[in-house]
Amino acid sequence: MLYSAKVMEHFANPHNVGEIPDANGVGEVGNQKCGDIMKIFLKINNGIIEDVKFQTFGCGAAIATSSMATDLIKGKPLEDALQLTNKAVVEALDGLPAVKLHCSVLAEQAVKAAVADYYRRQGIDPTPIVGNLEEDCHECSCEGTEDAHCSH
Amino acid sequence: MDRYVYLDNSATTKISDRVFQAMVPYLTEHYGNPSSIYAMGREAAQAIEDARKKVAGALNAQPNEIYFTGCGSESDNWAIKGAARRLARTQGKKHIVTSVFEHHAVLHTCQALERDGFEVTYVPVDKLGYINPADVEKAIRPDTAIVSIMYANNEIGTIQPIREIGAICKAKKVLFHTDAVQAVGNLPIDVKADNIDLLSLSGHKIHAPKGVGAMYIRRGIILDNFMDGGGQESGKRAGTENLASIVGLGVAIEEVYENLEEKVAKMTRLRNRLIEGLLKIPCTRLNGGTENRLCTNVNISFGGIEGEGLLLLLDLNGIAASSGSACTSGSLDPSHVLLSIGLEHGIAHGSLRLSLGSDTTDEDIDYTLETVPKVVERLRAMSPVWQEWGEDERAGKNL
Repeated sequence: MLYSAKVMEHFANPHNVGEIPDANGVGEVGNQKCGDIMKIFLKINNGIIEDVKFQTFGCGAAIATSSMATDLIKGKPLEDALQLTNKAVVEALDGLPAVKLHCSVLAEQAVKAAVADYYRRQGIDPTPIVGNLEEDCHECSCEGTEDAHCSH
Repeated sequence: MDRYVYLDNSATTKISDRVFQAMVPYLTEHYGNPSSIYAMGREAAQAIEDARKKVAGALNAQPNEIYFTGCGSESDNWAIKGAARRLARTQGKKHIVTSVFEHHAVLHTCQALERDGFEVTYVPVDKLGYINPADVEKAIRPDTAIVSIMYANNEIGTIQPIREIGAICKAKKVLFHTDAVQAVGNLPIDVKADNIDLLSLSGHKIHAPKGVGAMYIRRGIILDNFMDGGGQESGKRAGTENLASIVGLGVAIEEVYENLEEKVAKMTRLRNRLIEGLLKIPCTRLNGGTENRLCTNVNISFGGIEGEGLLLLLDLNGIAASSGSACTSGSLDPSHVLLSIGLEHGIAHGSLRLSLGSDTTDEDIDYTLETVPKVVERLRAMSPVWQEWGEDERAGKNL
């Protein structure tokens, strides 16, 4: 298993670890069965992500993608956060081993789940904005597939 | 890095100095092909026969019952496929008995044979990681070609009741193969007393190089060849011999069995220190029983965390280990061994295997016992699973 220096850097010293007690958007995806759970806390003010934290149960790639995904959306407008793709996370990390691409999908989904939660709390139906979220981790397994999600 | 602690001896071992020194002449001046007729070829052939004697001596076998192969996996493939295919053809026997927690070299070989129309019965293991010989006996049918049960499990170190299983197979006149890759060098093995017909072993687990293995085939047993070609290994395993590595394997097996009792006593003491120390961390469990367990093996699950993160953080702290987490298997499922002894997926993902060697020291154990708790705590602090658990769960109620 060969991780890039960037992945190792984010794994060894992850950014934005923890929780936000007064978060107004919280999303959790994955499950223990497949070994990855990501939980993202957002503090949103005037449509801007003022603060973001994460907790992750998972492998090195799961922790590194959580760290990178939270870095990429911190201080950004909500619309930008919704544009975050797993591909952008992978690129920012200088790549991920093929068997680990599902971790980046999980990071994208965790951000979307947290944003959806924020809209829900505002009384807004998130589905037209965020789309349907796949939460079955087998959906995001990329082994041997040519899933568009998973291409570098 | 100040300290490097290698606790992954079940994955591979360092080539010993004695093995290396013995190999060098066969990589340099004595490079002859053992099949050649001139002096240099004869020397090479003699070196192989000397190694064969050493391997035979370690197992209480005869030299002409030992065949060199490319690795432990090849030996497993040859034993099972060679016996199953031959007995299917000559006696119509198309059934195999093995266990659910064999090494993939055995499990995937059996699955390959299933695709060819063989039937396989996978006997279960109990919660401590032991096979009940009665289950093997029940699984044997009139059309059973071969029984394959590992000597000691590679992940949880449990030593199986091989002698009893061997006796059952002998009484039922069924071939008995054992994958002894993890057992050889860590406990005395006597193929005659254990009623073993076929035994696989690997060089690099016992301080010989990678790329060499051996198989014991009891005299009188004929298997289909796995590798066809030239007349090497009495025409049973073709391919020019891996001369230097075979020499290395001979020296290695002789060396690991020197002062075995002393080495086992030392490793058992260190292993027990490690187990006791790690179990002081809250919400942990030892996987596999303690009674018949390899002196080299520690396998612990830590609730609320995932194993690969644990391995990477240990690596950053200079400790080499392995895990039954899915992330190390390249699939989403954790170790089949840990699932077979009844662990929940989440707990199996959070497992750590530490495997000692004869050169492991008290200082290595001290350092490991200092480091692992810090690393576990760090991962738990960022784990949503751990953060959501209540006191009961954090006390290990669900393990």
